[in-house]
Parts: sequence; C-alpha cells; structure tokens
Amino acid sequence: MYDLIIIGAGPAGITAAVYAARKRLDILVIAENVGGQAALSGNIENYTGYQFISGPELALKFQEHLQAFDIRLNHPEQARSIKKQDRLIEIITDKEGYSSRSLIIATGARPRLLNVQGEKEFKNKGLTYCATCDGPFFRDKNVAIVGGGNSALDATLQMLKIASKIYIVNSASGLTADPVLIEKAGQSDKTEVFNQAQVKRIYGDSFVKGIEVAQGENTLDLKVEGVFVEIGWIANSDLAGIVKRNERKEIIIDHSNTTDVKGIFACGDVTDVAEKQIIVACGEGAKAALAVFKYLSTQ
Amino acid sequence: MEAKVKIYSTPTCPYCISAKAFLKQHNLEFEEIDVSASTESAEELRRMSGQMGVPVLEINGQIIVGFDRAAISQALGIGQG
Repeated sequence: MYDLIIIGAGPAGITAAVYAARKRLDILVIAENVGGQAALSGNIENYTGYQFISGPELALKFQEHLQAFDIRLNHPEQARSIKKQDRLIEIITDKEGYSSRSLIIATGARPRLLNVQGEKEFKNKGLTYCATCDGPFFRDKNVAIVGGGNSALDATLQMLKIASKIYIVNSASGLTADPVLIEKAGQSDKTEVFNQAQVKRIYGDSFVKGIEVAQGENTLDLKVEGVFVEIGWIANSDLAGIVKRNERKEIIIDHSNTTDVKGIFACGDVTDVAEKQIIVACGEGAKAALAVFKYLSTQ
Repeated sequence: MEAKVKIYSTPTCPYCISAKAFLKQHNLEFEEIDVSASTESAEELRRMSGQMGVPVLEINGQIIVGFDRAAISQALGIGQG
C-alpha cells in the first residue's frame, strides 16, 4: 500500500511527485506518457527561469527532476478505474491493482475535435493534432492551422520553419493568442489569417488535398496537404467518475486541490482551475502534494 | 522467433517515446527511423503505410498506427503488461 498514488506525469503530476518525495511519502506515479501536453508544445517562453525552452526539452527536464528522487514511475501504464473502500483508494490499471491512502489525479487534457466531415477519415493522412510530432511530414507543403489561441500560434511558429504556406483558420473575430506569438507569426509573409471562419469539410483522396472554409457568406477552398487542429482541450476525466466534475468534465477542486471525495485530490488541466498553463499546472501540483501531506498527517 | 520491429518516429513526439518505452519494457530490440531527419524517410513511410503521422510500428511486416498498446501486444504475442 502506498501513501500516495499520482495518476499522470505531466507538469502537474511530476511536480506533485517531487513535492511528495521531499516529504518522504511512499509514492507511485502511473502514467500513459511522461511530459503531458508540455511535451507537445513547440517553443515555451513563459516558464520562469527559461527565457526559451522547447516543450520536449522541458518535459525531459521534468522527468530528470522526477528521477532524481527514488520515485516509482510506472510508464506506460493506463489507470482504468478508481474505487474507494473505507479509507483506502484502489486503482486498477491495465497491468494490476494498487491501493493507497491518498490519490492525486493529474491526467491533463486531450485535443478537442473539429467534428467536421473528413476529420476521422484523414486523421494521420494529413490531419494531425500534434504539430510537434507530425510537423516534419509537411516540408515545403501548404498547411492550415485551425484555431486562434496560443496552441494554434505555437503550431504556426513551428510550421514556419517547415511549410511553404500557412493558413490560420480562426472562428473568432481576431486571434486570441498572446500578442508576442501573434507578432512573431505575423512577421512572416508565409502566414495568412482568416477570422470568423469555420472549417466545413476536409477532403482528399488517400491524403488531404484541401479544406472548405465558410467565412460569412463565402466558401473558401484552401488547397492544403496538412491540417493542424488546435482548437482547445478536453479534460481527461473519464476515469474520475468518482469525483464531482463540472459541465466541461473538469474535476471540481477547492483552493487546496481537494475534490469532494476525502483523500482524492486533483491538479492541472484536468481540473476547473482557471488557466491552463504549464507553470500554473506545476504550481497546482505542488499545492496538491502539500495538501495530501497535511491530509495524511491528520489520518 | 524474435519479432522484427521497426518504429517510425520523430524525436520530439511523446507518443513515440511511450511506444519505445513499451518495447524496452518487454526487452524487444527495434530499429528506429527518424522521419524528421530526411524528406525521404517521411515519404517512405507515407508510401509504405499511407500514414503522415507518427509513431508507426512495423512488426513482422504488420503496420500499426499510433501507440496502440493492444494492437502492438497482439502483434508481438505478449500480454499488455
């Protein structure tokens, strides 16, 4: 039996593990991947202490920090269910079952889907949700980035070095990303922005050939071989039916990262915390671990 | 018979890292092809598998798209653990 099990090894889960290890708690981290969404980011320029670091590099730094402690990390392993029996919490994974005195859910979020014709058909055939992973396939090709927030502009900046032309298809009236990202993307004549524009259809043969975009009363036909969907995230909380969630399926927590079930805490992008940022997730992970330590010392 | 495993990946793709960790967990040797290193290797993957995403695994000639633990386990004849 563990003092604490942490599900997830993104910024929130890893920081929680580091804090818990320093409190000498006996912990287990179960994770499907290490680094979470941080590892999917391109360039990170808002993580204090690093004026510039790439997502994969920061994820590696997180992992190294975790490994500096004697923390058991089961990866890749998928948690499948959470049950509470008296004071014990039982976790069943695709490999085995574990019990713990406390639990931190730090399972992050996954990309939101476009839900348009052709999305399923052309996934991995030109359509991707991960510019960091699949960007290299689109060297010297025209691509469309769908979205207008930080993730979309981050993908744009990654693709500026690779693609020949980048259309940004944004449903809002203007880009909502940080101005520093917008300025950088705007410096290149490779980018063209379509605001108040919605992707209606993705078409092609074996691979993507283009997208149909509605903008006001006009329908645009953009000839692209790559479509990068960057329209936000959905909380990975399917596993967490045991705790109260809001209408966006985010786990509801209080200021101490406590859920409505005693002994179960949550942190990072899977929760209803207002800002989904790497540095916020780290802070939330630290808070959750400290809250667990206080909780265990009263049990 | 030792399985012949090839993985097409990019160095920055976290799903590729997980897939490689999974293979290492099972002490399986594999050949890694970095599709970001050359346009040719990306094109090779595209022609061979009809895919423009990573990871793609080739296990004894069978193509598996993404880090699909169940499909990889089945192709290797191992438990998912």
